[in-house]
Amino acid sequence: MELLSGGDILIRALKDAGVKDVWGYPGGAALHIYDALYRQDDVFHILVRHEQAAVHAADGFSRATGEVGTALVTSGPGATNAITGIATAFMDSIPMVVISGQVPLSKIGQDAFQETDMVGVSRPIVKHSFLVTRAEDIAETIAKAYYIAATGRPGPVVVDIPKDVTDPSHKVPYHWPTEVKMRSYQPTDKGHRGQIKRAVKTLINAKRPVIYTGGGIVIDNASEQLIALAKKLNYPVTNTLMGLGGYPGTDRQYVGMLGMHGTYEANTAMHHSDVIFAVGARFDDRVTNDLDKFCPNATIIHIDVDPTSVSKNIEAHIPIVGTCTSVLTEMLAIAEQMDIEPDAEAIGEWWKQIDEWRADKGIYTASRYEPSSGTCIKPQDVIKMLYKITDGRAIVTSDVGQHQMFAAQYYLFDKPRTWINSGGLGTMGFGLPAAMGCKRAFPDTDVACVTGEGSIQMCIQELSTCTQHNLPVKIINLNNAALGMVRQWQDMNYSSRYSESVYEDSLPDFVKLAEAYGHVGMKITHLDELEEKMRECFAMKDRTVFMDICVDRSEHVYPMQMPGGSMRDLWLNKTERT
Amino acid sequence: MKRIISILLENESGALSRVVGLFAQRGYNIDTLTVAPTDDDTLSRLTLTTQGDDQMAEQIVKQLHKLIDTIKVVDLTQGVHIERELMLVKLKASEADIRAEVKSCVEIFRGTIVDVTPKTYTVQLAGDSEKLDAFIEAVREIGIMEVVRSGVSGISRGDKFLRV
Ligand SMILES: Cc1ncc(C[n+]2csc(CCOP(=O)(O)OP(=O)(O)O)c2C)c(N)n1
Ligand SMILES: [Mg+2]
Repeated sequence: MELLSGGDILIRALKDAGVKDVWGYPGGAALHIYDALYRQDDVFHILVRHEQAAVHAADGFSRATGEVGTALVTSGPGATNAITGIATAFMDSIPMVVISGQVPLSKIGQDAFQETDMVGVSRPIVKHSFLVTRAEDIAETIAKAYYIAATGRPGPVVVDIPKDVTDPSHKVPYHWPTEVKMRSYQPTDKGHRGQIKRAVKTLINAKRPVIYTGGGIVIDNASEQLIALAKKLNYPVTNTLMGLGGYPGTDRQYVGMLGMHGTYEANTAMHHSDVIFAVGARFDDRVTNDLDKFCPNATIIHIDVDPTSVSKNIEAHIPIVGTCTSVLTEMLAIAEQMDIEPDAEAIGEWWKQIDEWRADKGIYTASRYEPSSGTCIKPQDVIKMLYKITDGRAIVTSDVGQHQMFAAQYYLFDKPRTWINSGGLGTMGFGLPAAMGCKRAFPDTDVACVTGEGSIQMCIQELSTCTQHNLPVKIINLNNAALGMVRQWQDMNYSSRYSESVYEDSLPDFVKLAEAYGHVGMKITHLDELEEKMRECFAMKDRTVFMDICVDRSEHVYPMQMPGGSMRDLWLNKTERT
Repeated sequence: MKRIISILLENESGALSRVVGLFAQRGYNIDTLTVAPTDDDTLSRLTLTTQGDDQMAEQIVKQLHKLIDTIKVVDLTQGVHIERELMLVKLKASEADIRAEVKSCVEIFRGTIVDVTPKTYTVQLAGDSEKLDAFIEAVREIGIMEVVRSGVSGISRGDKFLRV
């Protein structure tokens, strides 16, 4: 058998795990690994400019492809810089492996230079973690790490490797396990048959049903099954922020996003529903609003692969633990066999009601905001323009704030894995590195990062990575010269006292900044330039372009749920409420 | 309501800290905790007690189960079970009448005196937690110098067992 050093074993194992790209940043404890990387051509390394970005990029890659993303960092500060990225992936159940160098085994616990207890620090934000103590264990640990990350409810796995374990002078046999078996980890796939039958019956007998789906549909690639079932039943579908694209945004049965900034029609339909069919969603507080007032008449069917998500916030009447794909497939088959059909009259009435809500206060039927004019460009119109120019087919990543919500509301995602955002943790700084990961995965697809001048500055250094690795992403900066979402809350709850949310006098010249990194910068201040410039931007296929678009500073995101209310208690604009 | 939760865990480094961390992270309290390898030394058996209603206990069990190192979890309080805790108590006992009182107390509680000095008695006692509490109350006036409790261990009654 071939003898390899720990560093070589690690890289070989990554290759055998199917890894093509590693996003990372070197440092002392990882140098044996970096040397092993240098001496081979199978695994490609992309050098970022901050470890947080390495993890977000691996995350973006994973969200866009469904594969496990990989990041590599050194010990101590490298490891702690990765933490925000790991927490982001954890909250959104993104499969990922983060490999961190560690001080040599003999130094662990000595407060050695660049020592951080990575397994300890990351414990609450990982699906699992390993500290590898022998070169012989590397391959098996890597196999387990990728298996755990990808199966069940996916999530990030940390593999911490002390420097001496990758020592080039210590060689051991390489063995890649063909199969991973763990007695302590056997994720559930299929749901309980009896429960599934009950669910189908309840669903078909519903008079005012809503299908409420989340990130689970996207993560589990269950879109096709969801569409088939929804079409068969002719029921309305709403997606969470994480679920956008899981059901086509342009479909007639789609009633828009639900929750805090969800549409009037989706939130109102939820509130009045008699059956809620929740699939791969977790009744997050940004969806439900006040739990005591949540959908008072609804029977709840809840499918989730993670038993802890079921009946955690809202008691499920029919809980089913299983993957979205397998349960939906089974439900479809059962529905085909059953001799009951949905009550066409009741469903017809329900649609009539929903269509009235739509026509009355819907977000897409009549404009819910003042139109743009001259130098007052509405952020919503920028997103609509982006949709038009990319033909609705771009991969859109976002940062966190108002721009994120506008993107979620006004870019109608027809396909899963095209809307890439940090929903659970809400990490500013996510957008650009995530876009790099997406671009790397799909070099021929337009990748747009919708961001704000606040968020983009949290990972702006990655413009340099875009230069080095030729990642021509398009940055759509909705520049409102403020931490807009913070300012909105201050407008609504703090009598417009803008405590530390404005910085208009100190913003950089983003055009010059982009140019300094070797990219194209554009500043748009007038509505008349928007379309032409954006076309120009997307026509430059091989250039990273930074579009700095000055948008209306006073705009708020609406609808917005009222704190302490039910789902349908909404602000519709600055003065009108339900 | 008091819950006794029993867990079979891979006997691996870090496994215990994941269990303990989970409780801290999710805002559950641990009242007692005991852990040791089983007859199979690749496995640890961990017993902990906590307070919570049915819904909370269900969440705790599910969350524990979700830990990758966890092989099995049961809430023993859901069925008939045996609960045992070991306690060592060092008491001030220099006068003859006090020594006699301690002895009789120990006898009543079916404990044993496991160490003696001219000034102290060290008593060993096993039983459920309530019994140990009662003993402490009984000897509190005499003068307790030190109390060490092992935390609760538990096993279900009858044919049921927790094993891989
Ligand atoms: C790392 C991080 N810090 C703080 C916040 C809180 N926060 C949420 S939105 C927001 C403002 C974002 O400003 P900007 O990126 O300009 O977006 P805008 O809301 O103006 O569109 C802040 C500070 C956060 N989500 N993430
Ligand atoms: Mg802003």
